[in-house]
Amino acid sequence: MFHIYCPHCCEYREEEEFHVAGQAHIARPLDPDACTDKEWGEFMYFRANPRGIHHELWVHGAGCRKYFNVTRDTQTYEIKEVYKVGEKPSVVADDVK
Amino acid sequence: MQHYSGFGLLKHSFSHHENWQRVWRNPTPKKKYDVIIVGGGGHGLATAYYLAKEFGITNVAVIEKGFLGGGNTARNTTIVRSNYLWDEAAHLYEHAMKLWEGLSQDLNYNVMFSQRGCLNLGHTLQDMRDIQRRVNANRLNGIDGEVLDTQQVKEIVPVLDCSDRARYPVLGASWQPRAGVARHDAVAWGFARGADAHGVDLIQQTEVEDLIIEDGTVVGVRTARYGEIRADRVGCVVAGNSSVLAKMAGFELPLESHPLQALVSEPIKPILDTVVMSNQVHGYASQSDKGDLVIGAGIDSYNGYGQRGSYSTIEHTIQAIVEMFPVFSRVRMNRQWGGIVDTCPDACPIISETPVKNLFFNCGWGTGGFKATPGSGHVFAASLAKGEMHPLAKPFSMFRFHNGALVDEHGAAGVAH
Amino acid sequence: MTQDLSKQSNRLQEGGRIDRAKPLTFTYNGKQYKGFEGDTLASALLANGVDIVGRSFKYSRPRGIVAAGAEEPNAIMQIGSTEATQIPNVRATQQSLYAGLVASSTNGWPNVDMDLMGLVGKVGGKMMPPGFYYKTFMYPKSMWETYESYIRKAAGLGRAPKENDPDIYDKMNQHCDLLIVGAGPAGLAAALSAARAGARVIIADEQSEFGGSLLSSKETLNGKPAAEWVAEVVQELSGCADVLMLPNSQVNGYHDHNFLTIQQHCTDQFADRAPNGQIAQRLHRVRAKWVILATGAHERPLVYGNNDIPGCMVANAVSTYINRYGVVPGKDLVLMTSNDNAYRAALDWHDAGRRVVAIVDSRKNPKGTFVEAARERGISILVGSGVIEAHGNKRVTGVSIAPLNEAGDAVVGPIVKMAADTVATSGGWSPVIHLSCHTGARPVWNDDILGFTPGKTYQKQLTAGAINGAFSTAAALSEGFSAASDALSHLGLAKPERVLPEAEQIQESKAMALFHLPHTKPTSKAPKQFVDYQNDVTAAGIELACREGFESIEHVKRYTAMGFGTDQGKLGNINGMAIAAKILKQTIPQTGTTIFRPNYTPVTFGAIAGRDCGELFDPKRYTAMHAWHVERGAKFEDVGQWKRAWYYPKGNETMQEALNRECLATRESVGILDASTLGKIDIQGKDAREFLGRVYTNAWAKLPVGKCRYGLMCGEDGMVFDDGVTSCLAENHFLMTTTTGGAARVLSWLEIYHQTEWPELEVYFTSVTDHWSTMTISGPNSRKLLEKLTDYDVSKDNMAFMDWKSMTVAGVPARVFRISFTGELSFEINVQANYGMHVWKALFEQGEEFNLTPYGTETMHILRAEKGFIIAGQDTDGSVHPFDLGMSWAVSMQKPFSFIGKRGMQREDCVRENRKQLVGLKTIDPNVVLPEGAQGVFDPKAPIPMPMVGHVTSSYWSANLNRSVAMGFVKGGLDKMGQKVFYPLADGRVIEAEICSPVFLDPKGERQHV
Repeated sequence: MFHIYCPHCCEYREEEEFHVAGQAHIARPLDPDACTDKEWGEFMYFRANPRGIHHELWVHGAGCRKYFNVTRDTQTYEIKEVYKVGEKPSVVADDVK
Repeated sequence: MQHYSGFGLLKHSFSHHENWQRVWRNPTPKKKYDVIIVGGGGHGLATAYYLAKEFGITNVAVIEKGFLGGGNTARNTTIVRSNYLWDEAAHLYEHAMKLWEGLSQDLNYNVMFSQRGCLNLGHTLQDMRDIQRRVNANRLNGIDGEVLDTQQVKEIVPVLDCSDRARYPVLGASWQPRAGVARHDAVAWGFARGADAHGVDLIQQTEVEDLIIEDGTVVGVRTARYGEIRADRVGCVVAGNSSVLAKMAGFELPLESHPLQALVSEPIKPILDTVVMSNQVHGYASQSDKGDLVIGAGIDSYNGYGQRGSYSTIEHTIQAIVEMFPVFSRVRMNRQWGGIVDTCPDACPIISETPVKNLFFNCGWGTGGFKATPGSGHVFAASLAKGEMHPLAKPFSMFRFHNGALVDEHGAAGVAH
Repeated sequence: MTQDLSKQSNRLQEGGRIDRAKPLTFTYNGKQYKGFEGDTLASALLANGVDIVGRSFKYSRPRGIVAAGAEEPNAIMQIGSTEATQIPNVRATQQSLYAGLVASSTNGWPNVDMDLMGLVGKVGGKMMPPGFYYKTFMYPKSMWETYESYIRKAAGLGRAPKENDPDIYDKMNQHCDLLIVGAGPAGLAAALSAARAGARVIIADEQSEFGGSLLSSKETLNGKPAAEWVAEVVQELSGCADVLMLPNSQVNGYHDHNFLTIQQHCTDQFADRAPNGQIAQRLHRVRAKWVILATGAHERPLVYGNNDIPGCMVANAVSTYINRYGVVPGKDLVLMTSNDNAYRAALDWHDAGRRVVAIVDSRKNPKGTFVEAARERGISILVGSGVIEAHGNKRVTGVSIAPLNEAGDAVVGPIVKMAADTVATSGGWSPVIHLSCHTGARPVWNDDILGFTPGKTYQKQLTAGAINGAFSTAAALSEGFSAASDALSHLGLAKPERVLPEAEQIQESKAMALFHLPHTKPTSKAPKQFVDYQNDVTAAGIELACREGFESIEHVKRYTAMGFGTDQGKLGNINGMAIAAKILKQTIPQTGTTIFRPNYTPVTFGAIAGRDCGELFDPKRYTAMHAWHVERGAKFEDVGQWKRAWYYPKGNETMQEALNRECLATRESVGILDASTLGKIDIQGKDAREFLGRVYTNAWAKLPVGKCRYGLMCGEDGMVFDDGVTSCLAENHFLMTTTTGGAARVLSWLEIYHQTEWPELEVYFTSVTDHWSTMTISGPNSRKLLEKLTDYDVSKDNMAFMDWKSMTVAGVPARVFRISFTGELSFEINVQANYGMHVWKALFEQGEEFNLTPYGTETMHILRAEKGFIIAGQDTDGSVHPFDLGMSWAVSMQKPFSFIGKRGMQREDCVRENRKQLVGLKTIDPNVVLPEGAQGVFDPKAPIPMPMVGHVTSSYWSANLNRSVAMGFVKGGLDKMGQKVFYPLADGRVIEAEICSPVFLDPKGERQHV
């Protein structure tokens, strides 16, 4: 049961107020029509799914309804940081540093 | 392999059970195998068993980082059914169902497959339309199934609240009589024993740290405990850890690993004879031969490798169970646990070649892998043996996520199972 | 039969924390007994000399009470005086005694004392080693179900009630600085320190009173009985406003980010049904800034032959029953121990005036405070020895004692037999680390204390006292204080003064690592040595499992079922691991650790569900006109959370008759639908129009103000997931409608794209579904009806099809949309929701002359099906794109922005031949209605598995057309007009249908344009 700090409300709130919306930082290709089927499929479906540090998109559904990013360890479930959409994470996995 | 039977038990009772043979060896791995299976869960062990028994490939190692059958095989709610909607999935699960029906005898190991039937409840008109559609498809695919009305459901499960009191009254159900439950650990052990008897090396407590890939072709694995072990073909059957292994091979999979929780009540006297599942109310339950109510929770929506999920998921599940079975309110929950399920966007598995030559993946079973265990092992073994995907596996290529040929089983896969 | 109710043969005249002035009568297995307030059910049974409380699961052996707390494996009771208040599997050691309590044992036939199944167990038991069922019942294959039915009959302990639970359960969300689990010396010391520092504290303990081990020992603090110090602390804590004290409360789960659950027994400790207006249990959901686990330790029994005969107990339980409950559970005691601590049981027994036959100590040279005290009392101490076997049947009658070697794993001398009725044993203490494991921390073996202690955690968790192996009261107090100090400094609060009571100085000599007593025979042949009582797991069984290759401790547990009982192996797991380690020639940590999972002790389902069942299971959403529908006798259907009127039967009408009437009335005159449930999203901003163009498949750039347009919404995969009409209210202002069930999803969809992909677009979304009541009047007389309620010119010239206008209807401001889902002339009147009923009634007042007929969702479905309009979710399933639906007219491939779904619907599989396509289906026999969900085939004679070509999505009897109408998918269907499809049904019928256009009525669309 996560205790999540909403960077828009500036408060810790219970997990039940939030929903996760998948891996963060997956940008929609700017020119979809130029994508191959493979590229489009990878945009839609293929994910890093790491064990360890993971950047993911959450929404404060029962609060401000804003989306934001969370860096979380998928093994220990520690939340390392939260940051707004458009910002970059400060905590990243060792193998992507 | 020592033959098991009631007579054997009697005979061994005279020698105080001192002379039972080991169920499997504890071998040191060879330098090279024809096939290495990474992952010693039910699917991996079944793959090894069928490779050796059906396809004559016995120079096989199963490499398991923990103990055999210790992953999702040990953590599921043991439901077996084949009432899937789409032809591709239905044929695959029905293939498994047919193997289940003779599995105890084939393995000479009683996996306690108990065909006590499975009800998938409908609570809305759309549920009932979907049930009709699925049962009709099942029937024409040769899979048993009936659509029941509320009264028929009540007769099968008297403790189910079929009244109008319920928030979502039961309007009917699909009923697969051949569905049921099996003793999950026994499935892993039976396949392991059978594989070992055919010469397969079962290497436990050995984590694969890397896949050795030369010129785009996999040639073996690197382990912490034994260093390099080479193989002509490598099959990865590691469920929730599939993405981690894929990363070693340099590609991503269309998977997310989620916690899936389950729980049992304290053992109570028999009260629930079938499997009851509800997508709308989000709960499902059966009762084990020991008397525990075995209850599956929904999937936790975040990625997680921690084998645990959130308490709110457990609460929602218990709410659903008490809503469906008000007389269970005073029964008590004994234990809960979690597994790591690798979910695919279309709720169907991946049984597939990969961008790396001779490297195959069998994963993405999500919440429903246990029921497929023998079928999954069989078609994967056939594919590994021939180096070419078995016809039943072909629709489940990972490349369907490129061309769009998905097999969307979210409806039939339901909450979790 | 008359009973001497006052007879409590094992009750001491004085002592204990029971109130002898308050006798309580209770019933066990149909007989009445007496106990006192302050008793547990277990202590009262022991006071009355009840030996057998259950029969074992596999061998049906008689079992007695072994322990005094949560670790008790045998005394599992059915409680309840009425059918509705039955509670299965209550641990007698944790159930407070109350007047009128009705309990019965859960196994044994015909009863626990004379159990015939026990004979079967004796004879058949030899054939039932662990895992025996995997090895048999396989042949013949057909017999398994028969075998299984017998196995199932033996299943289970207690039973569920047959009637619904009359009790209420509550939940409470709690927040605190510090949650302290356990109110023994460590927990109380921590609580006191934290409370004095002003922290918000919750302290919970599973027992009915705070004090933990101090309640059942004769220790002193500050020279006074320890219980006096406990009382002082409790009094001080109860005066602190920020301290919540929860006795009778089990902390059952420790979840991530310091979320813990506490099950508080409010009234179910004192009655099987909560008094009127009170709740039975309360579940506290606690978010704690810091947690101190001061959960103590459970004493481990030793494993020896026949160690399950009633009268075999854990040493500390003996002390507890004597000191806390004034009950001596026998006459002649043999104590076997590997440590000093357990000597206290013999001292207490002796001081209670009963005979200690001998203390059997496995160590060669024990010395220490308690050892000396025993010697002073003249108690016989046999050193370097062990009890290798108990004798007796329904109660211990004696023991066999043998000298042991140094390691304690071989008998090295002659056996001495002694008479005794009670055997108390101790192999040391196992820290109660359960909660510390729940979030994934692996416990660590500690050789000094011969037990596992909590492992590294990511939670804000501290531990104090016996959980760390600090078993003495002095050490526990000190650790409690230190843990509180650490927590306070993390919390930024000032540390309090160190004020701790003076504990007795006790010298203890080193304990010996002893778990499993040897026997003169090998384990396989020795009398059964039980490790896990509840599941009948024996030392021989564990050895067999290891020999067979089940070498991982997880395999051993699963193969033998060790630890899978309702006690979850609290007594047995460490012994089992030690036995496995010995046979595998490993250390215990090499063999593995046990990972405990929630719950610590079982939790009532009702308490977890709380009030969120029945009426509160899921909110019901009603429209503003709901009461009218109810009054009119409507039948309802669940759509999402909404209750929608389904149809309105009149008199004795059948459903079909009602539908026929509603359909005909609408097409002939005018009908009315409550469409308020449709999702409505208000969209504003200068880029609103651009945004619509990106999320809908069709063009929006040129939709003028005052106009409405239908749109399809797809996922990135190109598959349709919702549809609806969006209207341009003003240049930068739109109103989007969605399906009833899809509203929330669509809003999230818009938000995520706006916030994460296109934040540069200036656009705002607001859900306004509940703000509006929507009533659709449809049919040739709908305009006439509307004209009666408005002064506005709603003529064709002023208000064309797909126009919307702002006007006053029935005196109320309204937005009226001239859109149609029936193909008739239709007006969708939207008014502020609180005016909904008023306008609805006004329409009926004015509509009488037109036979205004209310119709529900079913008629709506029929009318739209006659027109071939789809319902997203019924005619789509996430696997069809607009072209599959024959709706290419709703897709604009020329839009400059690559709208959501465009790329997806052009993937290889989406543009292949022979995809399933939505078509109309006309049954050859017009009177036959295809069942929805029927699967079509081209060749009805093909063998099973039959190649299927698509299913029927919508199918109805059309009273207007006097025939059936249907829509469904057919492979390549759009190119197969006029061809036949066959639908083989479960009842053996095969229905033949012809592929046709889905538009059955008014193909030119003239009716809606009038």
